[in-house]
Amino acid sequence: MAQNNSEIRYLTPLAVEVKKKKYCRFLKNRIKYVDYKDAQFLKRFLNEQGKILPRRLTGTSLKYHRKVAQAVKRSRHLALLPYVTDLMK
Amino acid sequence: MINQYETVFIATPVLSEAQMKEAVEKFRKIITDNNGEVIHEEDWGLKKLAYPIQKKSTGFYHLIEFKSEGEFIEKLETQYRRDERVIRFLTFKMDKHSIAYSEKKRRMKKEQNQKEA
Repeated sequence: MAQNNSEIRYLTPLAVEVKKKKYCRFLKNRIKYVDYKDAQFLKRFLNEQGKILPRRLTGTSLKYHRKVAQAVKRSRHLALLPYVTDLMK
Repeated sequence: MINQYETVFIATPVLSEAQMKEAVEKFRKIITDNNGEVIHEEDWGLKKLAYPIQKKSTGFYHLIEFKSEGEFIEKLETQYRRDERVIRFLTFKMDKHSIAYSEKKRRMKKEQNQKEA
């Protein structure tokens, strides 16, 4: 019985998700202030619909994630970033 | 208590160039009248809005960085609300990190100008 599971051949090789060590870009290159006017930089923290990406994906620390969220909301108020859109970027 | 503020406002695109300058001049005068001190100004000109505001999809952006008392901000914002040319505004109190950031950016821009000139 034990052998036959070894004979299981996968059609496609298992894509082992290599664990990329996430780091907080603000701590690494010591950015202290998130500018709400810099829409290009803030776009990296938004997904296609213009929603803010969660921390677990961007890997930013809590303190800077809140600054980013605040900056995104301010730039949305100033119509530099859309509230909701499709296929941004 | 003197704080440093940064205010951005969007004017309707219907304005002609002269009206736009006059609006900017009006707000700069309001700041300087109430013993505020304008530090830096930026005009981003006509820009496309991410979503239509009051059925318009473009607007004149203008940024003013200034130092002033805390109570003055309330007066400034009522002026914004009263003025129908301004369709959106945002004032922002700058902490030490943002002050350092804007100074650094101004320095870099100056260096670029010197390099070009």
